[in-house]
Parts: sequence; C-alpha cells; structure tokens
Amino acid sequence: MTGRPAAVRHDITLRVNGAPHTISVEPRRLLSDALRHDCGLTGTHVGCEHGVCGACTVLVDGSPARSCLMLAVASEDVEITTVEGLAGADDSLSPVQQAFSDCHGLQCGFCTPGFLTTITAGLRDNPDPTREEAQEMIAGNLCRCTGYQNIVAAVLRAAELRDGRP
Amino acid sequence: MKPAPFAYHRPGTVAEAVRLLAADPDAKVLAGGQSLVPLLSMRLATPSALVDLGGIPGLDAVRVDADGVRVGALARHARVLADDDAAACQPLLRLALGHVAHPTIRNRGTTVGSVVHADPAAEMPVVLRLLGGSVDVEGPAGRRTIGAADLFVGPLETSLHHDEVATSAFFPALPSGGGVAFEEIARRHGDYAMAGVAVVVRREGEQVVDVRAGFVSISDTPVVVDLTDAVARGADPGDAALASLEPTADVHATADYRAHLVRVLTRRVVGAALDDAASRSLTR
Repeated sequence: MTGRPAAVRHDITLRVNGAPHTISVEPRRLLSDALRHDCGLTGTHVGCEHGVCGACTVLVDGSPARSCLMLAVASEDVEITTVEGLAGADDSLSPVQQAFSDCHGLQCGFCTPGFLTTITAGLRDNPDPTREEAQEMIAGNLCRCTGYQNIVAAVLRAAELRDGRP
Repeated sequence: MKPAPFAYHRPGTVAEAVRLLAADPDAKVLAGGQSLVPLLSMRLATPSALVDLGGIPGLDAVRVDADGVRVGALARHARVLADDDAAACQPLLRLALGHVAHPTIRNRGTTVGSVVHADPAAEMPVVLRLLGGSVDVEGPAGRRTIGAADLFVGPLETSLHHDEVATSAFFPALPSGGGVAFEEIARRHGDYAMAGVAVVVRREGEQVVDVRAGFVSISDTPVVVDLTDAVARGADPGDAALASLEPTADVHATADYRAHLVRVLTRRVVGAALDDAASRSLTR
C-alpha cells in the first residue's frame, strides 16, 4: 500500500454540550475544525494549531484538552464541552464568564474560550485557589492583550461567585 | 496547518493493531496524539494510515506491586501522576511527570507514548533509562521485553520494529535506602527543557553506594552518568557529569549555556536526591 489513500469519509457522531452531532469527516479532520465547520460551534477558536496557545481548549469528559490535538474521528467515545456549553440553560453567564466580565478578563476575546473552559475545570478541581494556584491554572493558555493580571483576578472572583460570596 | 490525508483504523485488540501495521509499512500508531498530531498538522509526518489504540480495552491500566509500576499504553500522564501508589513505589515518576508539558497536554498524552516517541527533550524516556526500566511490545512474532538500555537508538527512534506495538512500560521501584530528585530549566513554564537532570541515589547506612544521573535535552538519546565515585571522593558532581557529556547548541541555548545548566543542576539535584534518601531512611 503506497501513495495517498483516497479521501474516505467517516460518518461519526460527536456528543457536544449534551447534544449529538452526526457529521461526515475525513480522518484528518481535527476536532477543532469539526466543531467549528461541521458542528457550526464557532466559539472554539483556533490559534496556533499545534497545541501551544490553548485557544482551542475544550473539555473532554470534563478535563481540558486541546481540540487541535485530537482527531474528530477518534472522539466518538467522549463527552465534549465547548464554550457554548458553559452558560446556564437560560443563557445566564456561568460564574467564570461573569467573573471575566466583572474583572475585564478579556480584550480582543480570541483566547477567551480556551481560558473559560480551562478555568471551569480548574475551579471544579480546586474551588478555592490561591493567587499562585490561579496563575498555575492558566499557565498553559496564551493571551496577547491583557497581560494576564485581570484573568488571574477573574479566576479568584469566579471562585467567590461559585461559592455564593458577594 | 492541516494534516495530509491518511486512512484511519480503530482496532479492538492489540493483535488486530499488529496485523494492520504489518500490512502497511507507512502506517503509524496513534495513542494520546499530543506529539503525533502536531507533527501531522505541520506535515513533518505524513503516514498513509493511523492505527488508533484508543478502542483497545485494558491498555489504560496502571499496576503497582513491590517490584515497580507497570504503565499501560493508554494510561495518560495525568492518570499516572495522580496515582498515589505509583508515587509511593517510585517517587521519581511523580517528580518528572509534573514537568511534562502543561496539565492540559497531560490529560491526553500517554506516558508510554512519550517513552516510545523518544524525543531527546522529553522527561519520561530519561526516567525509564535512569531507572533501568523496560517496555513490553507485541508484534507478529509474539511478545518481547526491551530493556531501556536497548530501546533508544536515536532522536525520535527506538528499536521497536515497525509492526510492533508498545503495550506497557515498567518502572522499577525505589529500593530501600534510595532517594530521587528531578529538576529542569525551560525558557517558558511547561515548555521543553533546555536542560533537565534526574538523579537516583542509594545509601547503605551512612555510606552512599550509588549515584546516577540522567539528562534531558543534552544528548540524542537518554544518557546516564554514574557519579558514585565522584561523590565518594568529594568531587563536584556537576564537573564530573560534564566530563562524560557534550552538550550541543540549538536555537534555545548555546553549548556553553547548556554546560553551565548541567553543572549547576547536577550539583543541585544530586544534593536533593541525597537529602531525599536521608529523609526516607528516617521515616522508614
């Protein structure tokens, strides 16, 4: 078997934010592109496409993962949560989203979906982080606008909001 | 930044994976994908097919006994890192795994995948080599065990045959009187290390009977330097290590700077490992 294989498409079903999406993809389709182009969920942003920037971070079975480092065809067995899945059923902002708004944790917003998903899982695992732990939580995500200070403040504020503190 | 086309197979058994690999010399194994997928996207790798181990049950186990820690091919770094029994049996695992990329990458990347990817800048190949571990592989001719000393052939190259699948890696337990330490220096938090040092030591009473160091990002394949004599005669472990190493330059660091890092880190990490051994013998 030599030469390029013909572009065989696979019919797969992704479970995203609790809903099934049945799509037809080539094996080389990255999960990030499948979410955006095939599922129409453009909230997941694509930055570096090699796992460095963190903009495409989604939750896979609840844990943060780079969607640009996963193949859609290999993602049928998992539950995927994108930034579109973080808000409440009534479109109310989640504690992390509200904190980003309160603390000006974004400027251009391109990196924000990756931060929101990462921090949502991070606060579930560590509900009351110190400032240092908040910095560690977001260390795998790049932001070119904010200088990170307001994002760290948003992590600490989101911890308060989750806890029902004013 | 999109992969070239390839065929995709998701076998349900290791035997089926081996058959698929044997039938196609350009096929590659996919496990966690955290190194392979970027290589595909950058088209540095253009395999004809991927054989995804993700559908094979039972490969994600981490088993710990008195002899050591056996890590299955699909066990993610995060899973191994969180395993308290594994950390108690061989504490170097947790120390080194904390330096593997970022937590988000560790959620998907596999420890065995990192070992057989054999990146000279990766931590886990050095840990396996330093501990004298091994990898179990399965191929058309059956199963065999490859010792770490025979595993690493060159950068990104192992002695696995194309149609063999690494099913697990074995990391030996820390012996009585043993101590470990790990430290690395990277340009950015979570990035590849410019230099990293792992050390295992063993004491018998007040006597230090074994001091060995393994080095990350210093040579094409994981290298271990025996520093027992140097430490016994009171020589500087950093200078002693450098006598056996030739750090090279790349875009991240000059050769001189790497040598400096090796000298400083080796001194520091040997000291930490000796302290670790002393404190473990106190609590025993």
